[in-house]
Amino acid sequence: MVVQALKDQGVDTVFGYPGGAVLPIYDEIFQQNDIKHILVRHEQGATHAAEGYARATGKPGVVLVTSGPGATNAVTGLTDALMDSIPIIVLTGQVPTFMIGSDAFQEADTVGITRPCTKHNWLVKETDNLSGVIHEAFHVATSGRPGPVLVDIPKDVQFANGSYTPPEQVQTHYNPQVKGDMAEIEKLVDLMMTAKKPVFYTGGGVINSGLAATQLLRELVAATDFPITSTLMGLGCYPASGKNWLGMLGMHGLYEANMAMHDCDLMINVGARFDDRITGRIDAFSPKSKKAHIDIDPSSINKVIRVDVPILGDIAHVLEDVLRVWKAKGRKTNKEGLAKWWDQINEWRKVDCLKFKQQGKTIKPQYALQRLEELTKGHDRYITTEVGQHQMWAAQYLGFEDPNRWMTSGGLGTMGYGTPASIGVQVAHPESLVINVAGEASWLMNMQEMGTAVQYRLPVKQFILNNERLGMVRQWQELLHGERYSHSWSEALPDFVKLAEAFGAKGILCDNADDLDEAIKEMLAYDGPVIFDCLVEKHENCFPMIPSGKAHNEMLLGEAETQGAIDAKGSVLV
Amino acid sequence: MSPLKIKKGSTSHSAYNLRPTFSDVQERHTLAAIVENEPGVLARVIGLFSGRGYNIESLTVAEVDHEGHLSRITIVTTGTPQVIVQIKAQLGRIVSVHEVHDLTVEGPAVERELAMFKVAGTGDKRIEALRLAEIFRANVVDSTLESFVFEITGDPKKIDAFADLMRPLGLQEVARTGVAALSRGAQ
Repeated sequence: MVVQALKDQGVDTVFGYPGGAVLPIYDEIFQQNDIKHILVRHEQGATHAAEGYARATGKPGVVLVTSGPGATNAVTGLTDALMDSIPIIVLTGQVPTFMIGSDAFQEADTVGITRPCTKHNWLVKETDNLSGVIHEAFHVATSGRPGPVLVDIPKDVQFANGSYTPPEQVQTHYNPQVKGDMAEIEKLVDLMMTAKKPVFYTGGGVINSGLAATQLLRELVAATDFPITSTLMGLGCYPASGKNWLGMLGMHGLYEANMAMHDCDLMINVGARFDDRITGRIDAFSPKSKKAHIDIDPSSINKVIRVDVPILGDIAHVLEDVLRVWKAKGRKTNKEGLAKWWDQINEWRKVDCLKFKQQGKTIKPQYALQRLEELTKGHDRYITTEVGQHQMWAAQYLGFEDPNRWMTSGGLGTMGYGTPASIGVQVAHPESLVINVAGEASWLMNMQEMGTAVQYRLPVKQFILNNERLGMVRQWQELLHGERYSHSWSEALPDFVKLAEAFGAKGILCDNADDLDEAIKEMLAYDGPVIFDCLVEKHENCFPMIPSGKAHNEMLLGEAETQGAIDAKGSVLV
Repeated sequence: MSPLKIKKGSTSHSAYNLRPTFSDVQERHTLAAIVENEPGVLARVIGLFSGRGYNIESLTVAEVDHEGHLSRITIVTTGTPQVIVQIKAQLGRIVSVHEVHDLTVEGPAVERELAMFKVAGTGDKRIEALRLAEIFRANVVDSTLESFVFEITGDPKKIDAFADLMRPLGLQEVARTGVAALSRGAQ
């Protein structure tokens, strides 16, 4: 029944781990060939792999795990998917209905535990309802603002026979609004026609909305010639090589992007949510602008920042209307104002906030990523990351031309996300180049999944920027906690090359800038999983940085900028 | 890069000191949510309030449409105007919630609550309690020689007033149902 429901939903891959309470479903999986099951090494890995799969394909990811610890291990992945609006369906086994509440072996109150970390969840007590609930779960996960859902299935419900409901017969009252309010759209277009300093502030919602949204956004940017910046989650919705691209914004965003956000007179938020990593100090956030916000989730609008033009709807639907109305009104923009605005932006660009100096043999992490970008940008490439400094550097130094090419844990900031996510992406795109840009500490959190990569011959490249530190923690301690480096270094690290070999993968060590290109080429040439241990400068900090509690125009720039004048005052550029 | 020399204990140490500068006027609103009558739906609503730090002053829930599997949850909450809007949006996006109504802003509404008071006493106090109960149109639903149980229905403020009067007269125990509310008129 479960397998049939998955097939009818077009599922081709399930990430899972068997256990007592899901054995009947595993028995069904054993007896068919349509759905491929990827055996992970830890249930958290299954959820992140499903997230990677979902984000790289635009289809929902599916996870199958057992009751009790199987379900609790999935909680981090569920929360991660909830924060980043990734559609995944987690099926959990449960003890038989007559044993629920008796503290049975491997029993946990799964729907209770996962209620706040799923978009919705169900405990199915009747076999007759099982297929209907699974179909509704897919509908809920993928419509409106996408998110994770969970279906808890007791073992006796799995064993029993019941009637099957095909997807088209399932009734649901959950149908979020997708068309935007035309009056608000007209208001936005009127603002666009006169704005002197407009900026598009885009986010993951564009990517979640689908390829049509990306196309329409690009068309709108090209037609209006407005500058565009994006959050971490939205990278790829506008090509990094595009001429209107300002780079990522936010706490570690580019100088020109943050300055444009601060000084603009019209901010058009497309599928982003004014996260605290983006806004910095709220009372100093873009003080002079009119703000429009296009979002499918009514609770995102006016949550943090009060906006002037709220537009509730799906990005693709709304952008289509915006374009149509703008064309109908004569395709006008304030050309004179825009020209001045671009002059100002080009001044900011001259600051060249990402510059760094690679000197000597010690590899700067920025240099490692710059070389990686140079040597892989022509490839059919997907990037995943862990969480920390390397993640920010990857966002700054790697360029994304298309959506669905960049998978990272944005909202929850889950260390250990990248390795399993890279596996999920590689399963979806077996012929493509999949690289997980990692830090050594994050990477160790889910390194068991190398076993999965080797078992299924998934040639994922684990590109570890190894500074033997929890780099981002160290950076905060240096800047904000009086250089007291409390527990932020990695001692007793494994020999990553030997570790790779122990898993049956290839290990590469590089500690010399002169050898870096050759080493990266060796990694790319190898037809199998690789752990690349790139030893980098240990005390490099990630800049630009907006210290928390500060405004966008109070960014700190890097050492290269401040040179000798590195007292606190001198490094705070206005 | 040298440290920023931020004073120990200063809020700049935290990334989460970024409270919005919205109005801080507290408002009291009565919300009605029509929800799917299914296990866990109340937990979803309560979990939303506790998880996001919203207030619940009173909450009542009961099935109102057996055929349609629908229950009505009436919540009285307080918060700034911006928080109230958030609460409604957050309630609205729970999958099992069909409709959310803010009875405080959607026009006039009637609010009623039922309460029972146990009042113990003899002599003058007992007579006075009974006399006041009549004025408030409370019914006696249980009586012994030294106690009454009154049942009273009305606006929550009326019940508060009755409670204040009963306190010096030997009030022992109170049970209140919380507010049930409906908008006035044909719609």
